[in-house]
Amino acid sequence: MDGGNAPLYATRIKVYPRAVTGRWRRLKWAALGLLLGIYYLVPWLRWDRGPEAPSQAILLDLDGRRGWFFDTVIWPQEVYFITGLMILGAIGLFLASSLFGRVWCGFACPQTVWTDLFMLVERWIEGDRNERMRVDKAPASAAKIARKTAKHIAWLAIAAATGGAWVFYFVDAPSTLRKIFTGEASTEVYFFVGLLTVTTYTLAGWAREQVCTYMCPWPRFQAAMLDEQSVIVTYQKWRGEPRGKHKAGDTWEGRGDCVDCRLCVNVCPTGIDIRDGQQIECIGCGLCVDACNETMRKVDRPLGLIRWDTLARQEAREKGKAAPWRPVRPRTILYAALFAVVAIVMAVAFFLRTTADLSAQRDRSPNFVRLSSGDIRNSYTIKIANKGQHERRFALELQGLPGAMLAVANVPGENPILPVHADSVGTFRVLVTVPAGEAPSGSHSIEFRALDETGVSTTHASVFVGPTR
Amino acid sequence: MPTKIEKDSISGRDTTGHEWDGVKELNTPLPTWWVYTFYATILFAIAYCVLYPAIPSLSGHTTGLLGYTNRAALTQSLAEQNRERAKFVDRIRASSFDQIRKDPELFNFAVSGGRSAFQTTCMQCHGAGGAGSTGFPNLADDDWLWGGKIDQIHQTIQYGIRNSNDKSRNTLMPRFGADGLLTSQQVGQVTDYVLSLSGKAKATPEGAKIFQEQCVACHQADGKGNQEMGAPNLTDGLWLYGGSRDAVYRTIFYARNGSMPAWGERLDDATIKMLALYVHTLGGGK
Repeated sequence: MDGGNAPLYATRIKVYPRAVTGRWRRLKWAALGLLLGIYYLVPWLRWDRGPEAPSQAILLDLDGRRGWFFDTVIWPQEVYFITGLMILGAIGLFLASSLFGRVWCGFACPQTVWTDLFMLVERWIEGDRNERMRVDKAPASAAKIARKTAKHIAWLAIAAATGGAWVFYFVDAPSTLRKIFTGEASTEVYFFVGLLTVTTYTLAGWAREQVCTYMCPWPRFQAAMLDEQSVIVTYQKWRGEPRGKHKAGDTWEGRGDCVDCRLCVNVCPTGIDIRDGQQIECIGCGLCVDACNETMRKVDRPLGLIRWDTLARQEAREKGKAAPWRPVRPRTILYAALFAVVAIVMAVAFFLRTTADLSAQRDRSPNFVRLSSGDIRNSYTIKIANKGQHERRFALELQGLPGAMLAVANVPGENPILPVHADSVGTFRVLVTVPAGEAPSGSHSIEFRALDETGVSTTHASVFVGPTR
Repeated sequence: MPTKIEKDSISGRDTTGHEWDGVKELNTPLPTWWVYTFYATILFAIAYCVLYPAIPSLSGHTTGLLGYTNRAALTQSLAEQNRERAKFVDRIRASSFDQIRKDPELFNFAVSGGRSAFQTTCMQCHGAGGAGSTGFPNLADDDWLWGGKIDQIHQTIQYGIRNSNDKSRNTLMPRFGADGLLTSQQVGQVTDYVLSLSGKAKATPEGAKIFQEQCVACHQADGKGNQEMGAPNLTDGLWLYGGSRDAVYRTIFYARNGSMPAWGERLDDATIKMLALYVHTLGGGK
């Protein structure tokens, strides 16, 4: 009862993608160049913030608990800005998928981009598809071993650069790069460079399409975003079939345009046959479109036997009708609207963001203090966050409690000026005293207000508690 | 139980032969490398069990080749923490109160350190935040028995009050009633006089006379007390042992001599300094 000839495990069929040229291949190269350029170069952008702040334009300083983005500094309590960007990214992905299918998978996903880069290196060193297949079948030789070794060294070098660039987003790039080579970098730096080197080498060099087919959850649930109006890679079966070899001069009557050259299969990075229709392994990169057009030009038939199109339009064409593409439909409107709402909320929150924050925490033990004169006092711990890059001096005021006197422990004066260092939180103990006769009975709302020398102010609502009468 | 393997007409794939009420399962075999990741997790588990404490026995457990324990890791991280804190603590030990108060960073560290020491050693009597209770002074108000200047607070914490330490603050209020220095009636009269100082009773000439004879040495002629003697101010509305006539009567009859340990015998110098700074910032510091 071992299930007859049904095996439990499938041996991997190695994919040898063939080089291809054309419009979509060029677009894919452009996307690769742009994305890798951003990834490797952004940590090297410098930004002057004065002597005490990091000079890296984009830096996620986990130890210092600050996110530096040019002139914006994100504190841990504002991490929702980063969350918001991720939500925008997710909704943007939904919108792009419902319009253009798996463009993310085919052009922008790190797995696709690095696999593409690794395949390019492989092709330079080991040759194109046929050459690689021939050498792989051939017995071991010095030349074969030399080429394989060269390829893996090149891959590891790219992988190490990838891991290096990753840590540069979290630590200062130039000094850390030097420390990595002199052996002075921290254990964490070496660990993450090593980790990212191993994952990049393994995933882009060895795992490749297996990641998309077996590991990644995104192909599984993106089906919920696609419909018959999404632009995907399609094969015009009605025009291509019946397929068969074609010799120059033979008639095209009674047969399809597909000459079964298998170029579309050979260039596919996931090793599938697009002529079998939609399948989960297809990452929508469009390389088969380029390959097929190459052949159609050679046999002088109309281009676009494999083309970007919607399922609805293909169905209509098969019946000889024309159907329009409908990019505006309920789901795209919904995604676009959600995107706009989140973007507006984020933008409003970002522009209303102040460079100072005030908080006041009232002592509850003792709830209030009666002084020897009978006056009533409440104590507060006031924290003023200075998110700017210069020391600021804040004047503290109290509103809503007539007759109250404000004093700050360790700061002299009736109207104390509270200095707060750049990029730090100043903590002050504030005593509010009300003459016996004017003390409120029970809880009374008040408001603290901190005002800096440039006129930036921030408030915090609190209460003053007096003895219940 | 697999019965009949057949080719599915739509997908062209074999079925597994399993069938449930007409629903047949396609055979979609797992990639072989996926199985290897499963074996890798088994190897990881074995390596983990060898390297780290893992397998319990009747009298303990295997300790693992790395010799790792949570307790040692905790000790190490506490030592690291203390090394970090030592930089500040050393500066506090070496600085005067004035120097500390002029350095906001050091001052905030001292107050925070004082707060945590207060919650360990002082809160039991003086309450959280120094709120106090009957018999235990409120440290957040401006009424001080032994003085509210930072040096006075420091001395009180260092040597304590009425304890066996040679330098402890040490005075004694007589048990006027219990030891027969005054009659019950006289105690009552002076009680009324004391209460009259804060306007809570009507004074009698007899009470005023007794007060002048017995009490002014410590509490002063105007009743405002003397911090050198730890004699409280009797004219404000604040009463350590209660301000009712009965409570004041009992105070004079039996006397009250509260005590406090000499914390210098138990805590290090820097902690005492931090405690003094913390108490001083509670609100009543002079």
